[in-house]
Amino acid sequence: MRSRRNLYISLIMISAIAAVWIGLSLVVTNSYYQLMLTLVPIWAVLGLSWNLLSGYTGLVSFGHAAFFGLGAYTVTIALVQYDITPWLGIPLGMVVGTVAGVVIGYPTFRLRGHYFALSMLAYPMALLYVFVWLGYQEVALPMKRAAPGYYMQFSDYRVYIALAVALLVVSLLISLAIERSRFGLSLLAIKQNEPAAEAAGIDTLAWKMRAIMLSGALAAAAGGLYAVVQLVVTPDSVFGMLTSAQALIVALFGGVGTLWGPLIGSAILIPLSETLQANLGDKIPGIQGVVYGIAIILVILLAPDGIFWRVRDFLRRPRAAGLGPVNPIAPPLAASAPEPAPPQRQAILTVSNLSKSFGGLRAVADASFTVGDGEILGIIGPNGAGKTTLFNLLNGFLPPDGGNVSFTGHELIGLKPNRICRLGIGRTFQVVRAFARLSVLDNVVVGAYARTARDAEAVAAATAALAQVGLVGRAGALAGSLTNKELRLMELARALAGQPRLLLMDEPLAGLASHEIEDMLEVIRALAAQGTTVVIIEHTMRAMVRLAERFIVLDHGAILATGHPGDIVKNESVIEAYLGKKWAAIRAHG
Amino acid sequence: MTPFGTFAEIFIQALVAGILIGAIYGLMCAGLGIIFGVMRVINFAQGEFLMLGMYFTFYLVIGYDLLWFLGPAVGPYVGALIAGPVLFVFGYFLHRFVISRVTGTSVAGTESEGHYPQLILTLGIALVLQNGGLILFGSTPESVRTPLSSRAWELPLLYNANAALFLNKARVVAALVSIVVAGALYLLINRSRLGKTLRAAADNAAAATYMGIDVDRAYRIAFGIGIGITAIAGGLVATYNPFQPYIGLDFVIIMYAGVVLGGMGSILGAFWGGMTIGLVQQLSTLVLPTQLQNAAIFVVFLLIVMVRPQGLFGRATERI
Repeated sequence: MRSRRNLYISLIMISAIAAVWIGLSLVVTNSYYQLMLTLVPIWAVLGLSWNLLSGYTGLVSFGHAAFFGLGAYTVTIALVQYDITPWLGIPLGMVVGTVAGVVIGYPTFRLRGHYFALSMLAYPMALLYVFVWLGYQEVALPMKRAAPGYYMQFSDYRVYIALAVALLVVSLLISLAIERSRFGLSLLAIKQNEPAAEAAGIDTLAWKMRAIMLSGALAAAAGGLYAVVQLVVTPDSVFGMLTSAQALIVALFGGVGTLWGPLIGSAILIPLSETLQANLGDKIPGIQGVVYGIAIILVILLAPDGIFWRVRDFLRRPRAAGLGPVNPIAPPLAASAPEPAPPQRQAILTVSNLSKSFGGLRAVADASFTVGDGEILGIIGPNGAGKTTLFNLLNGFLPPDGGNVSFTGHELIGLKPNRICRLGIGRTFQVVRAFARLSVLDNVVVGAYARTARDAEAVAAATAALAQVGLVGRAGALAGSLTNKELRLMELARALAGQPRLLLMDEPLAGLASHEIEDMLEVIRALAAQGTTVVIIEHTMRAMVRLAERFIVLDHGAILATGHPGDIVKNESVIEAYLGKKWAAIRAHG
Repeated sequence: MTPFGTFAEIFIQALVAGILIGAIYGLMCAGLGIIFGVMRVINFAQGEFLMLGMYFTFYLVIGYDLLWFLGPAVGPYVGALIAGPVLFVFGYFLHRFVISRVTGTSVAGTESEGHYPQLILTLGIALVLQNGGLILFGSTPESVRTPLSSRAWELPLLYNANAALFLNKARVVAALVSIVVAGALYLLINRSRLGKTLRAAADNAAAATYMGIDVDRAYRIAFGIGIGITAIAGGLVATYNPFQPYIGLDFVIIMYAGVVLGGMGSILGAFWGGMTIGLVQQLSTLVLPTQLQNAAIFVVFLLIVMVRPQGLFGRATERI
């Protein structure tokens, strides 16, 4: 993804496309085909704008017509009412599109999945009716015969084609730059697992806002140019549902999540529908819609992820057979330290009176404890004791009902997970939250962004973290292809890449075979030896007794006991909580 | 009459109009709601099935006059009800041969859970049906007029002898039929064995499979029922509203707004969501210009979704 060779290939492709397009515009003289040569890049830009938000983040927008229409109407109204040239009108439209991105994005990003998609649909529809009400049913751009060039009105149609291609090239370059930077990787991480991205220190809201602002600006530019080319703007043609659908169709048809997709989709579908309309439209009205619709249905049934990915998979199939040898886990860096006497430790994390209820259930009840700098603390307790909820409170996934958490002098309550991560608290999950379609290295790089603003440093930090857990040999593999143990190590590396001072591990041994548990214990001990404080939730008592310096026992959300593991396993109330009263009684008497 | 009295009369008139129109919106939303609730598929072609229900009723009752023996007052409503089973079969097979390729167990576990292909596939179907409709039915607006369409009941208002409430008979009957059909659907989903199967498949498809439920079949049936119910609503709308092949676009957004308002996954909620949309649409005419009637729907829709993403009547289903 980041290789220089790929960059050069992409740049050459973009130049070639521009050259072919300009070449075509010199050859084609039929005005109808000239219009088509202009419309393909315009719709491709709208598709790229959609892809920028929805393709990379996975938040499907049904409402890109809102930005497109605002761009078109800004240009039109600026020209008609204020005599402002489209040369200024289009940039002005892009500003309006960006502002619309903020206004729409900020409230709507609270929603996810289908709710987000359907809410986006409402914006252009509401705008459509507002513009009808304002009296802009059909606005024509006036002819400016005195200074046509100044008003972007050219007798030579090829200038329009050149303008459209220029806009397309700019959009492609922006998309390319995003794909190759932390912007793109952060968006992909959000798409694959938003909570994990947030917990790894990615400010998900900030990235999504940037994406929708940029996307709004590009869509508005496409809309503005569309108005200039068509010379007439109606609410239906720019805010209508078909416009939003067009953005989505060209991108999905060509391929989601790649800059080439919208271009491919638009280059095939726009000429197809326009040609059908021109040749058969007057004989059989509607035939172009039918054929267009059938074409879409067939392609989606045959290539559900879009043409680009289908072709790419087809070309790569012979090589994809072997991903290379699976490297065994490298030996951990440090050998396990001999049983040290527990030193007096300074508190790094102080939790006081922390509480959380779900309805009537008190998941965490008035919990107070401290975590010492450099210790390995085990949190144990029966199922449903509130252990994972406690972690969710500590790393900001859940707001507590009451209580305080302070970490190295910072108050954590009310901070978002990415802020807490950046303060130095890393986290792994009970069920591994991987970015399945990213490589192992990219997964860890996402975690390293929390530490450095420079992308190259992030890659170096990620590689170091992979070395720390012994996963360097798998750096290039897709996360989705890893074994359970490798996934757990990768998630650990992702947390480590942000260089946390405190690491929260939620059942890191779950689902591991006994020899794999030994490997994992070694890695955790090595971490602690290097000075990272570790808090572990775990059920596997035998392993925990050997690993942790201190236990906290949770039951029904409350802290039942704290102390040295050897004492805790003999504590009667702990045995009772785990095994029931009867068992505790047998032990006491037996 | 006092100014207050005049306002009260207009208000009651708008309120009643909202309830009558809301009952039919409620039925079409319930149809979409069952598809969405059971299968979690965004079906953009739902408006086109509404349109097919309209044309089916039109050709049955007016075009070929096959229900002449029922008389002009009863025929259209029976025609709308027949549209239900006929489009059920259509929907069932459409799902079997096309939609199932991108939904249900065949795509479970893929990156987007099949959302992208579902969206674009149903958009493709919508295009084919709209434009195919244009070829088959032509672009002239049609309507299924009944003798009731131009008659109204006049109800005196208790507080004022001079004022009266006018109830268009076609709309009243359509709303009543709509409520009866929605009630029958509610009983089918909540009381019958088939309903239990559908609810199980909706709640947890994997668990339902382990219990021996054929989840893909449940999806087919849910899709067919959803299409059929919406088609009935279409037939009812046709009795007082002229239509052409592109009319689906006007309604699909109302339907989605209603389903989201009601809380996705709740069929009863979808009905009340549709009712809310009808009321908002009619009551907004009291304070807003008519052109902004539909803009009001979207603004209310956005407000409610922002404040209560789980809908007015539903539980939170899509969380972290």
